[in-house]
Formats: sequence, C-alpha cells, structure tokens
Amino acid sequence: MQRYSALALIKQSLNGHKGWKPQWRDPEPKQSYDAIIIGGGGHGLGAAYYLAKKHGIRNVAVLEKGWIGGGNTGRNTTIIRSNYLFDESAALYDHALKMWEGLSQDLNYNVMFSQRGVLMVAHNVHDEQSFRRHVYANRLNGVDNEWLTPEQAKAFCPPLNIAPGMRHAVTGAALQRRAGTARHDAVAWGYARAADALGVDIIQNCEVTGIDRDAAGHVTGVRTTRGRIGARKIGVSAAGSTSLVMEMAGLRMPLESYPLQALVSEPVKPIFPCVVMSNTIHAYISQSDKGELVIGAGTDAYVSYSQRGALHIPMHTLEAICELFPIFRRMRMMRNWGGIVDVTPDRSPILGKTPVPGLYVNCGWGTGGFKATPGAADLLAYTIAKDEPHPINAPFNLERFGAGQLIDEAAAAAVAH
Amino acid sequence: MKLLPPRSPIKGSQEMLLIPCPYCGNRPEIEFAYGGEAHVVRAAAPRTVDDTAWTEFLYFRKNPRGDHAERWRHAYGCGRFFNVKRNTYTDQIEASYRIGETLP
Amino acid sequence: MTQPYRLSTGGRIDRSRTLTFSFDGKHYTGHPGDTLASALLANGVHLVGRSFKYHRPRGILTAGGEEPNALVGVGRDDAHFTPNLRATQVELYDGLTSESQNRSPSLMRDYGAVNDVFWRFFPAGFYYKTFMWPRKAWTKFFEPRIREMAGLGRSPKTADAARYAQRFAHCDVLVVGAGPAGLAAALAAAKTGARVILCDEQSEPGGSLLAEPEAMIDGLAAAEWLKAALVQLAAYPQVKILPRTIAFGYFPHNMIGLAQSLTDHDGEWDDSKPRGRLWQVRAKQVVIAAGAIERPLVFPDNDRPGIMLAEAARIYLERYGVLPGRRALVFTANDVAYRTALALHRAGCAIAGIVDLRPDAGGPLVTAAQKAGLPVFPASTIAGTDGRLRVTGATIKPIAGGSGQHVSCDVLLMSGGFTPSVHLFSQSRGKLVFDSTLDAFLPGAPAEACSVAGSAAGLQSLKEVLDSGAAAGGGAASYQVANAPLAQGGFIGAVPYHGDPGSVRAFLDYQNDVTAKDVVLALREGMRSVEHVKRFTTNGMATDQGKLSNMNALGIMAPVLNKPVPAIGTTTFRMPYTPVPFGYFGGYARGELFEPERRTAIHSWAAAQGAVFEDVSLWKRARYFPRGTEDMRQAVARECRAVRNGVGIFDASTLGKIEVVGPDAAEFLNRMYINAWTKLQPGKLRYGILLREDGFVIDDGVIGRISDTRFHVTTTTGGAARVLTMMEDYLQTEFPELDVWLTSTTEQYAVIAVQGPMAREVVQPLVEGADISAEAMPHMSMVECRIAGVPARLFRVSFTGELGFEINVPADYGRAVWEDLMESGRPYGITPYGTETMHVLRAEKGYIIVGQETDGTVTPDDVGYAGMIGKAKPDFVGKRALARAAFAAQTNRKQLVGLLTDDPAHVLEEGAHIVADPAQPKPMTMLGHVTSSYWSDALGRSIALALLRDGRARTGEQLYVPLENGNARVTVVSSVFYDPEGVRLNG
Repeated sequence: MQRYSALALIKQSLNGHKGWKPQWRDPEPKQSYDAIIIGGGGHGLGAAYYLAKKHGIRNVAVLEKGWIGGGNTGRNTTIIRSNYLFDESAALYDHALKMWEGLSQDLNYNVMFSQRGVLMVAHNVHDEQSFRRHVYANRLNGVDNEWLTPEQAKAFCPPLNIAPGMRHAVTGAALQRRAGTARHDAVAWGYARAADALGVDIIQNCEVTGIDRDAAGHVTGVRTTRGRIGARKIGVSAAGSTSLVMEMAGLRMPLESYPLQALVSEPVKPIFPCVVMSNTIHAYISQSDKGELVIGAGTDAYVSYSQRGALHIPMHTLEAICELFPIFRRMRMMRNWGGIVDVTPDRSPILGKTPVPGLYVNCGWGTGGFKATPGAADLLAYTIAKDEPHPINAPFNLERFGAGQLIDEAAAAAVAH
Repeated sequence: MKLLPPRSPIKGSQEMLLIPCPYCGNRPEIEFAYGGEAHVVRAAAPRTVDDTAWTEFLYFRKNPRGDHAERWRHAYGCGRFFNVKRNTYTDQIEASYRIGETLP
Repeated sequence: MTQPYRLSTGGRIDRSRTLTFSFDGKHYTGHPGDTLASALLANGVHLVGRSFKYHRPRGILTAGGEEPNALVGVGRDDAHFTPNLRATQVELYDGLTSESQNRSPSLMRDYGAVNDVFWRFFPAGFYYKTFMWPRKAWTKFFEPRIREMAGLGRSPKTADAARYAQRFAHCDVLVVGAGPAGLAAALAAAKTGARVILCDEQSEPGGSLLAEPEAMIDGLAAAEWLKAALVQLAAYPQVKILPRTIAFGYFPHNMIGLAQSLTDHDGEWDDSKPRGRLWQVRAKQVVIAAGAIERPLVFPDNDRPGIMLAEAARIYLERYGVLPGRRALVFTANDVAYRTALALHRAGCAIAGIVDLRPDAGGPLVTAAQKAGLPVFPASTIAGTDGRLRVTGATIKPIAGGSGQHVSCDVLLMSGGFTPSVHLFSQSRGKLVFDSTLDAFLPGAPAEACSVAGSAAGLQSLKEVLDSGAAAGGGAASYQVANAPLAQGGFIGAVPYHGDPGSVRAFLDYQNDVTAKDVVLALREGMRSVEHVKRFTTNGMATDQGKLSNMNALGIMAPVLNKPVPAIGTTTFRMPYTPVPFGYFGGYARGELFEPERRTAIHSWAAAQGAVFEDVSLWKRARYFPRGTEDMRQAVARECRAVRNGVGIFDASTLGKIEVVGPDAAEFLNRMYINAWTKLQPGKLRYGILLREDGFVIDDGVIGRISDTRFHVTTTTGGAARVLTMMEDYLQTEFPELDVWLTSTTEQYAVIAVQGPMAREVVQPLVEGADISAEAMPHMSMVECRIAGVPARLFRVSFTGELGFEINVPADYGRAVWEDLMESGRPYGITPYGTETMHVLRAEKGYIIVGQETDGTVTPDDVGYAGMIGKAKPDFVGKRALARAAFAAQTNRKQLVGLLTDDPAHVLEEGAHIVADPAQPKPMTMLGHVTSSYWSDALGRSIALALLRDGRARTGEQLYVPLENGNARVTVVSSVFYDPEGVRLNG
C-alpha cells in the first residue's frame, strides 16, 4: 500500500501529484472466493478488511450494487457515541468507539474522527430520569457519560437556548466527551484502500440477484449482474436492502426499511463546538469541518425505498432546531437527502449467524449504524471467520425475538407517566 | 369476521396525489398514521399457533421494494383503519380499500 | 464620481431615486431596481469575495442564484444578519449594509491567501492523507485550524428578530418560472379557466424578457409583450402571481414547496410583518419553466475578478444599465456571447476580441460581429489570464497550436453554453435523457403530472420557448417572433490550452476551488463514480450545488474514463433548488406555539397559587405547591403529611379516559387487558394492566363499570392516545365482530382526587343522590351522582394508600367543583398537592408508574402483578407471547423490589445501578437499577423502588449502589413500605 503522510504529500506535490496510485483496484470478479461480503458500505468493507487482517482470510470479495459508501455510509449525520443503556449495547458501541480512536492510524487514512462530545439534552423529569439511568449504567460499564446542569450544558455549547420560558425548556443534559463525529466517505474509502491492499477484491456495480445453496442448505455462492461468484461463506451487510438480499436465501427478517432524512446548511465559520441531540423534540445537529450545520431528522412513518421523504419531516426538525438554537433561524438549508434505514422491532441490530449455514448477517442498525462501523465490521469478520459470534455480538442474534430477550433501547426511552 | 359491505376500491392513477381514505377521499399524508403491513391476521385461537409462528406474527413483516399492501389510519379524520396498495420505490399509491376487503 | 460604470439611459432601474448602501464599510450609491451586484458593478467594484480553500480574490460571475463567488453577509444588525447571500439576488434598498466573507483582515489583504501560494500541497482530498500523527492532534490542533480557514460567512450570534408564515394551497396548474415559457403557460392555462399559481425567483416576472431589447413577439417589442401579458394575467381572478418565490422542492404526489421572500428586499424594517412564507402547493399539473443556466469555460486562471459569464454581462448592461468594464475580451463556444459583444460595443465598451473555441462558428450574430468590425478569433482558446485583484489581460492561442497573443482587457466574458434547469423535474423522479447535440441532460418521461417547457427543456429559440409554454399550459398558441437570437453551441469539460498542466489551475467549482486537475487526480486515485469524484473533490458541493460545475466535471471525466457522458451519469438533484432559511420551515411553530400546551380546567387555580409545573407529554401538571420559602423537598413533605394525616386534593385530569360502550364492551376489555372483566359488577372498579402483543407492560389504569354495556377506562397521561389507537386497531381490524364503540373523554372530564383520612368528610356534604359511607361505597367502587350540583362519576379509589375519592365532573365545571371542595375541606386543612407528592405517596405503597417502574421490557410478573391475570381467559393481548416456551423459560429476570439504604437520610439517585460487589472492575455486573427514590415523610427515612435481577428471592440481601461520592449499601425489602395490610384504604 502506498503510504500516506505529510512527507508523501509534499513529495507528490512537487511532482504534480502524478504518482498517486488508485486507492483500490477495479478488478473483475473471480470465479470464487473464500468469503463474500454483500454490501460495500463501511460495515461491509470493514468486515472484509478485518477478515484479511485479523483472520488471514484474504481471498475475499466485497460486492456493491452501486458505488462503495453510497448507501447509509455516505448519507448519515456522522454522529459517533457509545452511551447506550443496556449492557449489551454499551459493550457493542463502546467496542466500536475504542476502535474509532485509532482508526485513522490503523488504516493510514484520516477519517477525521473528532471527539467533540455529544450532548443529549433533557427537557422534562422523565428525560432526566432516563438520562441519569444512562449515565449511571454507562459509568459502571466503563463508558464515559456525565450529567450537566442547563448552565453547564450552555457553557459546553454556547448556541444552546436554555431560557426557562421555552415550550420544552432544557432541564439538563448528558455529555459523552469521547463521542463525536467522523468524515463518513473517508471511512468507506479508508477501509476499501486498506482491504484492497491486503488482497480483497472490491467489485462495484455488481448487484446480487440470487444466493445459491447446496442440497444440505449450505451457501455455495451468489448470482450477480456480473455473473456467478462462488463462496462457502457469505456475509450480508446491506442495510436498507437486507430484507431483499436475505429473501434470496429464503429467509424472512424482522426488519422494516424506512426513509431517514438529513440536511445541511450553507457553510459558516466555526459556531457549533459539539454534537447536540434532543430525542424529545427530535433535533440532531453538529457542524462539519467545511462549516455546514449537519442536521438529522426523524424517520418518515412508512416503509419506503425511495431515498427521499416528505417535506413535513424536515420541517418538524427545523422547528426544533430553531427553538433550541434561535440564532440559526436565518441560516439556510443547502441540501436535504434521504437514506433507507433498516429497523428491527427492538431498535437494536442483528449481527450473527443465520439459520442458513454459511450465511451471516449484519443489519438492523436503524438510524445508528455509522457509529458502530469499526465494531460491527470487526465482529462480523470474527463471526464469519470462526463460524460463531464473538461474546459482544452474541446477544444480538436473530433468536432473541422468539425468546423475548429484546435489547429494547427505544422502549427504554419511551415516554409515559 | 364481520363482513363489510362490498365496495369497489378507489383506483389510483397519475392524478392520485394524496392518500385516498376509502371513507373520506383524498387527504394529505399528515392526516394519517401508518399502520404497517396489511393482512397480518391475528389467529382467532392463539393457543393453537406454535411459538415460531407466533414470533413471526409479532415481529416479522414484509419489507418489499415495490408493491406493498399496508394499513393506514385516518387519525385526524374519520379515525378508521384501511388498506393501501403502494409502491415502496416510487411511492405511487395504486389502490385503497377497506379492512376486510381483499387486495385488488 | 459615483457610479462611473452606470449608463445614462436604458435598463429597468429608476434613476430618479438614488439609494445609499455600504459594502465592507464603504458607502456607494445605486438605484431602485438594482441588485447589490449590479450596484457594485456600477461603482466599478468587481472584487467581492474570497474562495473557500485557496482564498483567491473573486468577482461577480453571474447575474442569478447560481452565483458562486459574490457571497456576502447582509443585515443592519446581528438579529437581521444573513451570511452567504448572493449579491446577484440581493435587491438594493436604501441603507443596505453588506460585508464580504472568508477574508481576514480585509478583502484586499487576506492572510488566508497563503494557501494559494502553497496550492500545490493542497490538492483534492489532501486532508485524508495527513494530519494523522500524533493521534490526538487531529481534534486538538489540525481540525480547529482547518475549520477556521473553511466556512464562508459568519453565523449570526443573536436570535433572529424576524417572524415567518406558512400556507397551504391547491391549484390546477403551478407554473415555475415567469420567463417567456412560464408566462405563455400561465396565459394558456388561465384561458381554460384553470386556477393558476405562477411563481418566479426574481423581483419581477419576465425572466429573459427583462433584458431583451430586440426581439418582437406578436408584433410587440418583448418588453411591451411582457407588460401586456401581465395585464392579461392580472385580469384573471383565479391566477396568482408570486414574485421573489422559489420552487425549492418537488415532493411525492405533486406537492411543491415554495419559499416566498416578503420583506428582505426592503430591508426588513418592520419585524411585525412576516419575513417570508413557505407554501405547500398541491397542484394537479406542474409546468416547469425554470430556464437554463449559462456555463463557465474551464481554462487556466479563469477565476479572476472581472471574469464573468457573457449573458450575465449582457443582463447587467440591458437590465441594469451597467457597463461591466471598458475593454472586454469574450471567450465563447456559443453564439449568444457575440450578442453580448455587440451590445457592449454599441454601449461604448471596447471589444478586445471574441475568442471562439469553434472552428466554424457562423450564423447571424457572428456575421453581425464581423460586420461591426469586432476582432474574432475562431478555433482559438485562452491559455491564461493575468491580474491579481482584477483581470488585466489574457493570452489567446490557436487550438491547433502555435504562438499566443496577449491582449489586455478589464473584463473577460465567457460562455460555455447553457445547462437546462432540470432540478425540479429530476426531484420529481422524472427520468433525464442526455442529448449529445446539446451536451445536456433533458427531461424525459415524467414520474408525476408535470411537464417542462422553454429552455429548461433544451429549447433554444424564443418561438419554440413560447410555444412549448403555451402547449404545457394546455393551449395551442403559435407565437409570431422576430429578431430573437438563437443560443446555439456549447462546450463541456476543460478547454485545450497548450501549457504545462502541472502549473496551471482551471477552476470548475469556483467556490470550492475545485480545478480540472483535481477531477483528474480523483480519477487517478480510483474514484470512478461521479458521486465519488464529487465527494473526493467537493465539486458540486458548494452553495450552488453544482449548477455551474457539474456538466464541466462530466466533460472532464468522459475522455479520461473513455465513456460517454450518459454512461457516467449525474449526481442526484436534491431539494432545495436554492437555499431556504430555516425559519421558513419552522414557520409559526416557535415559543408557545412550538407545540400546543395542554392545560387542565384547574390549571389557572394552581398557577394562581404559585404551583411549580412540570411537562408530562403535552400537559402542564402542577408538581408541587410551595408555600413561603419552601423548596421542593419541604413542600412535598408537608403535602405528604397532609394527605397521610388529614386530607389532600390533587388534579388528576390529565389521566387518559376512554369510554368503552356496547353489548360486547366487557368481552372487548377481556381481550385487551390481562384482567378478567366479565364478572365485574356495575358500580365496581378494577385496576387494569395492558400489554403489548409481545407481552410487555405498556399501560395501566383504573377501569370502572358504569353499566353492563359501559366502561370508564383510564390510562396513563402520556399513554392516552397510544392506548386509544391500539384499541381502535384491534377493534377495527382484529375483532370487528365485537359491537363496541370507543370515545376519548380525556378532555371532557376534570378529575379531582380527594385523598386522606378526612376525605369523606370533605366530599360528603357536596354529594347529592348517593350514599358514600364506607358500607355503601367500599374501596374500588363507583357511583353516578351530583357533586356541588354538577353531574359526576364518583370513584372510591386511591393512588395514595389512604381513603380516597376521584371525582369526575364535566371539565367546564372542574374549577368550580375544585373550589367548592377546597371550601368544604377548609376545616380539615385540605392541602393541594402535586405530582411529586403523588409519586412519593404511591411509592410508599409500592404502586408502579408505567414508564418509570416499567420501560417496555417489563412483564406483569416482573412487577409482581401476575396474580391479576385472568386465568380463565383463553386469550388477551400479550398472553400468547408470554407463553412462548423460550420466553417462559427465562430465569433471573428483573423484578420489582424495595430498597432501604443503611443511612436512612440518604435518598438514592433515580437511575443509579445496583451491584453485589462495588469493588469489582469495570464493566461491572449490574443487577438492576433504582426506578424511584424519595424521602418518605411518613416513614421518616428514604425509600426506593428498584428492578432487580431475581429480586423477590433476594429479600433481605445487602447490595450496593455505586454513586458519584461513594457506595451506598442497601437492603432488599418488599416494595410496599407503608401500611402493607392496606387497612387505611378501607377507612
């Protein structure tokens, strides 16, 4: 792999940058591989990288129906945090967060992981109870999270409106300082480049149209728009399209795919130092390195694969943003877009083996998949290589729904009284 | 099940601009609540259904890209649930029909 | 001298009035009808901004919303300040204050321009390759510096002073763009009687006709035809014309979002008027007549101030009466640039040359230029320009090669042809088709009821444009047009320049400083998809969202990839077409109106008493009633004491209430709730638990049987709507054979709880028509009667553990009955109490709060309520799920218990977690968490409820709750702390 560094950049600068090599090859698919990953997002590319790097399985292909990083990897609001309530979730997301902390160096690709802190704003007594429960659970799990008064929250994030007269006044906030953001495209490209260097074939514009199985039911390969490709191990990491891919193996999944919208403002000079999330009034905001305010909206109400949504969804989000940050009311929306998120009944992912031998799945990340990228990739690679889940992803199996052992982060935050 | 009087479903077309409530007519989406996949029948005698099938009933839903039969409730209107046939890729609505009627 | 570049005649500005404005602190003048850009140009100001990355000096490039360079901050103060406005769109008003951006300390001398000196080190994507060492330096050192250099304008730091409006509208035909095609469409549609909305982003309708001195339409000069068309449209009552209105988004089922600017153009002097209005228009038919956008040519140093688009220069001349310069060099691949040269020539501007990329340019405009003696350089290119803060000259070279010729100029006007504005059409999911003769993507098959007319559809002659508009509007007009120019020709990609590619920069995306070389580098690095190239180079990600740059990028990619343009494809068009202020979307939903506030009938009384309120879903609930200097704990202790020893009064009106009526009402509740209802006698109450179908507790509440066929169901405050929806769902779709009606009565009843040993004494005197003695009306019974003269449903029920009543009266009488009860209770020291006291009292009794003791993962058995399940019932919602073998086999589930701290004064924090060994390393094994924790006045110590693994079996065990300041040791006890036998209930 051509090493990236300041020195390399200077050298190339004097040479008109003619010496830069392609970050990944554009190979023709081979007839067969030891393992195939379906889905060229951060999760899938990362899984291929860790298969090659940690488990020595290098004869691997990543099949992407469009362009790598073009799904939710390139469409999210880049928030990274691990302050989840349940032990299983905290372990999963903190595994990822720890990997984020060294990812640029590991990949030799600056993914711009910026530990700016994520502030989760509380607006009522129930929020406070819920967030404090998070803070306590996180601490005992070794995950940093602290409780701030409204004044402390404002000191951390000066644009925050903490006026007591607000319709939903800010009553406090939970802060995870290790949390932050990263450059989403760089994550896909960094994994692609590093995986390619270890021999992984990244095959774009290659849509899987079928999954072949032998008489015993074991997978034997896939049919694609670029021909049949054999493999005895197939990992599916296809986010919003997971249901469609799994159906090719005859599997029904507890998933529904919803549009999730996000938007950015025109760029401005640094004004917003961290990430702020408000679950109660549905506002998620940070500022990118380019200066745009990056704002996440809620999901649309209905199943859709259209990668767009209705106008009232971003309207509702911007209502909330303008309330929390009245100084941004004159800022202007520059671009709005949509992704397709695959949502499970308990809002926690499914990461593990499936009833089909040789078929592994990583899905159901809903609105929160980006933050898990290195962790999910690592655990999917482990599960594929060992044919058994790692203890961290073991609870996130497909069987939990039958056993009623849900990991219900959403319900745990639900409002009632 | 009590049968509702038969009624021809409202047909969709290029001019189908809104969600067609079979009771009230076309109304904008913000008047409705989504109700998930249609025609998921809760067994009349749940005891007779095995665990796997019940788990499927609880948690597993069709998630197609293309035609989808789904329920909507005219929450800020007549309050009734009804079914809609919608293409999940184009968002075009092809038909709407009452609960108890079959997919046209 | 003021406005040295203003012509004495011509244009649509009002020279009779002079406006004063400032830019970067310097004062200038202009006229009504000017934009900030035209006024600056009239004053000879071209340098208006600095680019994003290299901080290159930049001038006004365009005359429209696609402007990438002339971005300015405008506003008289911070509360009216908007960054990043296009000077080409800002209408001039007297007193306008504006500033340039992305420069420090000044536009002339910008330290950031050091980046331009070292540009070789900052190619596309350089930041992915460096700043990785040491590990922490990115967040702490590199990133803050990069952020400081990036961004454009400054965000306001003061809350916006403006207000905003919103509107829904329906129409038969929505016409987007009021140029010739849009006007023709609107006229044709209006004639058919259709309801028409015609919107246009500019201050006045007309589009290209606003700068059209020559063409004749139906025998009238274009400007006259425009005037007549507007008079005609104004005569139709069902036609609405919206100027200053952009159609920013195309949503499913022909809904279009419009953003109408209302006061920006006159300076927002009156904040009581809405600044802008967001329209949501549902149209039967949409006509997109959005025009076309002129493309720059990509040649070395094509970005100096004074380098403009040719048609933009002509607009400044014809519409604003401004000469962009004194000596113009024209560089084109399109005939219309000749028209610019001719017009400038006539206006007294020297033409240094017309450099045409095409070898065989012909046609009437070319001939006219030659006839006028303008020097034309066919088959030639521009190999470079010079000048730092303003272009001073350029080098012309034959494309075939050979020596160059340097000419001096003070403006360089370019035209690479026109890109049809297919943005809205593409947003509607209509298919785009590449036209290789035009080098443009054109609208193909529509996905919605819409059509595209005029130059947005790639049409080039004014007659075609008008006729297509008329056809789109449903008419068949055939316009007679004379003297109209034909916008033929174009070029995409980087022009040949015969130089060392290593040392030149030809800009594609001006604002983001993306050069042709960057695109080539991206391809070299393996970025092959147009989306990868966009994201790697940031081409098309600037505030114009690629309006000027996307086609040229494709033109550069195609030969390198050896693929035709359509095989590369385009990036996706997204809303908004041009940026829209957040405030437009926020609209009225701000402050008190952000969300409705629900208040009970007794709210005003509580507020007058100084109650402290809390938000519970949309409701405001009185949390406690402090007296004097009491804090919450003191007030709550006093309120608790009053209830336990005397009598308290509590507003329970927010509880959800559903009237369940019909012959099958009991059977319906049997199927919904875990409890059995058939045998509940009229006049009796029962506490009900509701599960989700997957077996977890979702709601609870007391249910009263009014008669055989009528139940009064109560729900939690936050769960009311959810429960009603769930009931309707089952009733309508699963149990349609049941004859039951559901009605929400939450808002109809005020509910007053009177609780405490003296409760009966307080209520009794006000009751008519019922015996409420202990014998006649035991705990968990109800009666219909009159209370304080008002028809009431009186429940004998307790959420405090004391003798208690809940009085349901029509909400309109709620406050009157409350006040009568206060009066009646005065001899007993009746004390109003709030939700906090309610919580303490119920926790002392171990009563759960759904949402606090439960969190969506809790079963009835977990909270000790398994005994309530109607065992004989074949089915209820959630029963089958709980019976699944794998589910039932679970052990070690969390169960509701009580906790007592070793230190009775120590009130645990809610949400704190419980461990067996606080010294264990992290991550610790957590056994559960504290769900509720209070100071109990009745017990003289703290109490807590918790969900604890295998909790009921742990009674008596000592465990630990690690807290910020040490570990609290606790003992596991029963969850019922007070009066476990329940004798007080039956008082």
